Amino acid sequence: MHVFITDALVIDLEKETWQCRGCETELGSARENYKSFLRVRPRNPQDIHAPIIDKDRYEFTFAPDPEWTRIVEYYCPHCARQMEVEYLPPGHPPAYDIELDIDALKAQWADRDALTEPAIGPAFVPPQHHHRKGGE
Amino acid sequence: MTLDLNESQRDANPEAGDEGVSEILRDTSLFLAPDPLIMNNHGMEERTALEHESLAAETDPARLEIVRERLLAGANESFDMLESMGAAPGAKWGDCVSAIFTASGDLSLASTGGVVIFCNLVQYPIKFINKYWTNEPTVGVREGDAFLVNDARYGQAHNTDQSMMMPVFWEGKLVAWVGATVHEGENGAIEPGGMPSMAEQVWDEGLKMSPFRVAENYTLRRDIVTFLQNSVREPKLQYADMKVKMFTCRRLEQRMHEAISEFGLEAVVACLRSNLEDTDVEVRKRLKEWPDGTVRHSWWTDGTLRENAMIKINLALTKKGDRLIFDYRGSSPEFTNRSNNSLDITLKGMLAQLFLTYIWPDLPRNQGVLAPIEFIFDERSILKPDFGTPNAQSMMSVFTSWSVAQVAVMKYLYSVPDKYTRVIAPWFNMINTFLFGGVTQHGEMVGNVCADINGMGGGALSDRDGQHSCAPIFATMADLGEQEFMEEEMPFVQLVSKKLMKDNQGFGRQRGGMGYQMILALRDSPVWGFMLTAIGSKFPNVPGLFGGYGCPTYPLCRISNVDVFETMQSDPSQFRYSIEELMNEQPFPEGEYSTHPMFMPYSLAERGELYMIAQGTGGGFGDPLERDPEEVMRDFQEDLVSEDVAWRIYRIVFDPETRIVDEAATRLARDEVRKERLDESMSFDEYCADFVTDAPPASLPYYGSWEDPAMVYAGSPDRYYPAGQVNPPVIMPNPLEVKIAKLERQLAEARQG
Repeated sequence: MHVFITDALVIDLEKETWQCRGCETELGSARENYKSFLRVRPRNPQDIHAPIIDKDRYEFTFAPDPEWTRIVEYYCPHCARQMEVEYLPPGHPPAYDIELDIDALKAQWADRDALTEPAIGPAFVPPQHHHRKGGE
Repeated sequence: MTLDLNESQRDANPEAGDEGVSEILRDTSLFLAPDPLIMNNHGMEERTALEHESLAAETDPARLEIVRERLLAGANESFDMLESMGAAPGAKWGDCVSAIFTASGDLSLASTGGVVIFCNLVQYPIKFINKYWTNEPTVGVREGDAFLVNDARYGQAHNTDQSMMMPVFWEGKLVAWVGATVHEGENGAIEPGGMPSMAEQVWDEGLKMSPFRVAENYTLRRDIVTFLQNSVREPKLQYADMKVKMFTCRRLEQRMHEAISEFGLEAVVACLRSNLEDTDVEVRKRLKEWPDGTVRHSWWTDGTLRENAMIKINLALTKKGDRLIFDYRGSSPEFTNRSNNSLDITLKGMLAQLFLTYIWPDLPRNQGVLAPIEFIFDERSILKPDFGTPNAQSMMSVFTSWSVAQVAVMKYLYSVPDKYTRVIAPWFNMINTFLFGGVTQHGEMVGNVCADINGMGGGALSDRDGQHSCAPIFATMADLGEQEFMEEEMPFVQLVSKKLMKDNQGFGRQRGGMGYQMILALRDSPVWGFMLTAIGSKFPNVPGLFGGYGCPTYPLCRISNVDVFETMQSDPSQFRYSIEELMNEQPFPEGEYSTHPMFMPYSLAERGELYMIAQGTGGGFGDPLERDPEEVMRDFQEDLVSEDVAWRIYRIVFDPETRIVDEAATRLARDEVRKERLDESMSFDEYCADFVTDAPPASLPYYGSWEDPAMVYAGSPDRYYPAGQVNPPVIMPNPLEVKIAKLERQLAEARQG
């Protein structure tokens, strides 16, 4: 059974492995940090959030300061889907962000039906558009 | 560090059952400071005898639901009164709330609109009044009394809010409390507007109202009103809103009395109590559906509002069974002479808002939602400062802490099959707005804040873009206000207002809701000033989610030495309608163009000079390379993204004239980026070996833990202490003295040749 843990990551409960949701590549043990199985790329934050006003004339430009900010991107090693993005002070260790109790997860899903797609929650029902008094 | 699940219980009441000693201490206390037994307990009080009897007598859930709806209608009616009649700008935009509390002081029912955190925190001053004033011969609690509070340490979100509380009696017995809270703004602090970033001591923060009686027999006491008016810059506002809150409370009291008359006292008491208990039970049931484990997330605020500094908010969120434990240890130590510290109760109240708005909006709005949830903080940290530490700008740390929690909760929520809302990327969280103070065109002295505080961009969802400039994180049903209405009362004009800022986007497969630009200038006033109290000019305020990016950073842009009203008369073609054009094209030849962080102490303004900022964008969701090209073209057509962003971030090949996408070329270009990603990336181990350091860079003024949450830095690599034991504590130098010292050094060097 597969459990959709994030938009990009799935856990295969039988194999106890992380998988890429996009290409279904098996990444590694679900009892370990999924990031250790991904490709990692540090980025200058201004490559993403480029200055909106002239960086040669102004100190603050709507772009993060590279001396204060590093963006770290994590990709699936097979299909290169960007699975996670971290904003960190330069040199700061990445977070072990998702550490699940796999035994408890297996017990929890033993009583549940398998999902083929992530459950995204209740449907958004926009209110009826009208201009008549009383909403008819 | 692994959480010992027993550790989270350390806030438990150590004096429970020792009432005799407590009574002696109470009677001989020199000063009745906030009571830790009250302030450390965010859970519900024990059932009273009347609640026991009432719940035993009233067992029909349908009947209790009818009572609940009746009381909720009263709460909503009174909220409408508060919003319609309130004189404070905050009241006009929904930055207020009304609510019903049990006799013990627990928040049982908040109005549907308004700010949950406000009334969640009013439980504390009510419990203080119950404990200390009820049997105090010089005070007492009687029918027709009203009490007021604004000191956050006794239970408020921040000192700029004022809460009125009124006991509800029935046949001579206290059966409930009602309350109304408004973000009033002005409170007599060292700077106008009620949120002083210059406050270095708690006594710089203005009014310090512990819970005290301001009305008897439903009549405000004129001597007390005069004292309060005499203590603030807006005496009219102080009086007007005390009256408004008084009438709001009276309407709620009236609706309570009517409900008791119709359904009986037991039905109403049972309804108020079961609201809390049922919510507690339901939350525990829903928590069981989440996976067990620990989710960790940290974020950094990049300033104290006086200087830039890297300030860590650290969270390990552990869920096991029906328990959820927020462990904020490892966050920054407190700043003893800065106002950016947040009280722990403020954060707890904000997290009630997170759950009741973003996770389980179907639950009744009461404090039972937090009953199963536990918290751990370091003492003397930025989230649990000492009694004497300023907290007037708690939003600088509490909003970031809220966003950290929002990200962590979403990482639990995504896999849960039954959801009550959708997973969402972080909402923008900072108060990118102007505060102001001075004398208006009508000759009145004022000090307050612009409604643009409420224009924060919404986070993206898995299948939908975030909403532009939608609502503040603390009140989803707040309003942006009418700018023209404000200009009738205030002497400044927003020349560009509510215009979304191009490329100010949280990129992702679904993009965040974007923020708008505010370009304003003073027009007619003998003396007027603006201030800014936001962070995020060097390090962004929020991330994205699951591969999406966060918001960019935001500066204050200024053009001085210009009177834009004169240039509009003489040569209107000079004006530009965006920050980007005004700053890059520099259309006013004599103008002086500059940028600054988003914090600016109260500064006098000149007529016609331009102050320019932008509201922030919510985080993006998912890999931007997977964004539908048609969605990118829609944003391009609406001038929300530039050609540069359409190519550099989303990698769309298109004709800018026709906006026709070359789909095959786009696919190829995106594949090229994927190849580049793999070519230019490295393994996790390589990254940790080459890019992770043992300590923060020496050049970075860093506060908080690095890898080990048990140890924190206090501004430099050599100031490294066990968390909660930073000694000497963090005391920041005056930024002006720092600047003068630097200039004097430069001067000495220049003199030496």
